[in-house]
Amino acid sequence: MRPVRSRGRVARVLAAVAAGGLAAACTAGTGGPGAGGPKAEAKQTITLWHGFSAPNEVKAFSMALAGFHKLHPNITVKAVKGQDDEKIIQAIRGGTPPDVVSSFTTDNVGEFCGSGAWQDLTPRLTADKVDMARFPAAVRAYTAYKGKRCALPLLADAYGLYYNKKLLAQAGIAGPPKTMSELAADAKRLTKRNPDGSIKTAGFMPTMNYYEYVPQHLAPLWDAHWTGPNGKSDLAADPAWTAMLTWNKKLIDWYGYDKLNTFRHGLGQEFSADNPFEKGKVAMAIDGEWRTKMIADEAKGLDYGTAPAPVADNKQNLYGGGFITGTIIGIPRGSRHADAAWELVKYLTTNTDALVTLADNIHNVPSTLPALRSPKLAKDPQFQTFLNIFGSPHSATNPASPNGGAYITTFQSFVTDSYEPGKAGNLAAGLRATDTKIDRATKLAGQ
Amino acid sequence: MTTVGRRLAARTPPAADAALRAAARRARRRGALRVLAFLAPGIVGFAVFFAYPLAATVYFSFTRYNMFTLSYAGLDNYRFLLHDGDALQAIRNTLWLVVVMVPLQVVFALGVAQLLTRIKAGAGIFRTVFYLPYLVPPVAATVATVFLLNPATGPVNTIAARLGVRLPDWFNDPGWAKPALTLMSMWAIGNIMVIFLAALLDVPAELYEAAAIDGAGPLQRFRHVTLPTISPVLLFAAVTGVIETLQYFTQAQVASKVASGQTDLPGSNLPPGYPDGSTLTFPQWLYQQGFQEFNMGYACVLAIVLFVVAMAFTAILLRRFHAFAEDA
Repeated sequence: MRPVRSRGRVARVLAAVAAGGLAAACTAGTGGPGAGGPKAEAKQTITLWHGFSAPNEVKAFSMALAGFHKLHPNITVKAVKGQDDEKIIQAIRGGTPPDVVSSFTTDNVGEFCGSGAWQDLTPRLTADKVDMARFPAAVRAYTAYKGKRCALPLLADAYGLYYNKKLLAQAGIAGPPKTMSELAADAKRLTKRNPDGSIKTAGFMPTMNYYEYVPQHLAPLWDAHWTGPNGKSDLAADPAWTAMLTWNKKLIDWYGYDKLNTFRHGLGQEFSADNPFEKGKVAMAIDGEWRTKMIADEAKGLDYGTAPAPVADNKQNLYGGGFITGTIIGIPRGSRHADAAWELVKYLTTNTDALVTLADNIHNVPSTLPALRSPKLAKDPQFQTFLNIFGSPHSATNPASPNGGAYITTFQSFVTDSYEPGKAGNLAAGLRATDTKIDRATKLAGQ
Repeated sequence: MTTVGRRLAARTPPAADAALRAAARRARRRGALRVLAFLAPGIVGFAVFFAYPLAATVYFSFTRYNMFTLSYAGLDNYRFLLHDGDALQAIRNTLWLVVVMVPLQVVFALGVAQLLTRIKAGAGIFRTVFYLPYLVPPVAATVATVFLLNPATGPVNTIAARLGVRLPDWFNDPGWAKPALTLMSMWAIGNIMVIFLAALLDVPAELYEAAAIDGAGPLQRFRHVTLPTISPVLLFAAVTGVIETLQYFTQAQVASKVASGQTDLPGSNLPPGYPDGSTLTFPQWLYQQGFQEFNMGYACVLAIVLFVVAMAFTAILLRRFHAFAEDA
């Protein structure tokens, strides 16, 4: 009988371990208050991983964290800079994640929320009665996936039009264009050519691999939607995409595709002092709010202005909005101090002083409407444009997907590799084929 | 049973016979265990770092796995490969590099090594000079090369233009991006060159003397003496060159990003392979699928394809070289 009793004991131990494991697995990722670890009031040290690395950015984080420590003297935050999504994913998979994580890649929200890698914050938001209306609709959209809110916004980026005032004045143009027709007309007037017909100065660069001039940043300006009501890729069915590409191709053909690309190949790197807008080689460009700081540092004499990007002629009511994205922050599955981590996440994403400190020093847009209106926020006229774009109800972002931004890169490849060089043939057929390709990849990812 | 054995069997009682057989079995088992103990580090290493990852890769290839959740997918990932135009393009690009870049690297390295065997004065300096580029980190070398070959601002095209020669757009032209990568790879052949140099210096001088006495010219001596003697080294260079090229990632990735001028986009990733997918190599597509699009199951299918192709190339090269050595 002894062996039987022994087997029974072993079975009971295994069952207990299995039940424990199952319970742990089931509770991981729920993210409710008291989900594990010490209470927020306990004395503890938590770890925050973020992607910022420049000295001014790291300093800004230290200042914001000092404010948090003042409010929560029992919680010490150890901030680790320069972390990316791959490291975050590895740490979560390895069971040793930091307590709070931050990512620059909003396209990965679908993966983070859908897989449960980042905890659903809804129970905590509900318990603490956090008013979600403080975040603009576009920001709420890029921090959740299929109703699961696993992230909150930590600073934002807004996109608008930069224009060279001197070059516009020389061309007799009174102000920045507000519609795509005006943009095309101004681009032609601003373009200067060399005697051999090559481009000397471009009014505007319409190839969709020119720095920030990429499909996702243009979609809100044309009211173009990536997916239809059935959740499938909608490029062929939504006439806004066809209108956008047709307008774009017409302008490219005016320049001459080869001439435009020869000009583009000789331009400097986007994030360097050789940026062609800063150098006066390109008169108008769509770019993010950070460029104001770069111009201040790298091109002090540049006489420029900022404005909302032009919109489609038949969608002029959208003027004032633009594309919005930003940094996201959340609590990973397996965080050992989840309650304290939530306090930090809540502070960094909703405390106006913290957001203003970060925004002023990192030169990003603060990600709440109250912070946007804060008198402490540094507001020069050029930067104010982006604050207005961020607050506009017409601003929009990309839909989250389970496979990162695969639908965007697939579309961008079609545009730059096939359509712009004139290899695509029939545009409608090309868009249908791209839809099929995107839907097939989405299905592969389990949708 | 031998005659002696039959005699022993006749003289030993059955119990003693059984004890002897048991002792022999124990001795054999001890011997086997001793062998296993000596082999254990190798077996453990093979199991942990090769067999298990290979088995896991095959297993994951039948799943939908985003690194956090896993579900059975049957043959979906394999079916997807049949319709994946980007994978096909990546295969074409990688095969182009294997077929063009590897032979050029081997021939160039062998040529440089052959020249270095002739240099008597300052041989050490020349050897060092030709070896040094291999030590430059690939990312730094690639960034520098892309800047040097920039069609508008790079010194190479600028000087050529002043001389009235119009050079291509190199990394910005889909037709020239892979040749530009090949050109860049020629610069860093130091490791193969050193191995070839050692092999060439090891060829017995008396073989050359005998061949010369038989009337063989320089080309014949190279064909019938040098090549057969160094054929194991040639095989090594070819096999490692093919495997390294099948895994070609860093240089292509960096060159495409630097040439495009777009290093990153806030919130998004950029399509790989600029310009026009011409620098998209198979490992880049594997990485894109596994770590950018979170299709780890499909990335495992791509890894299996890579493994099979590498094995096939290696097998073909081994057979061809053995045949060559036997002919010689």
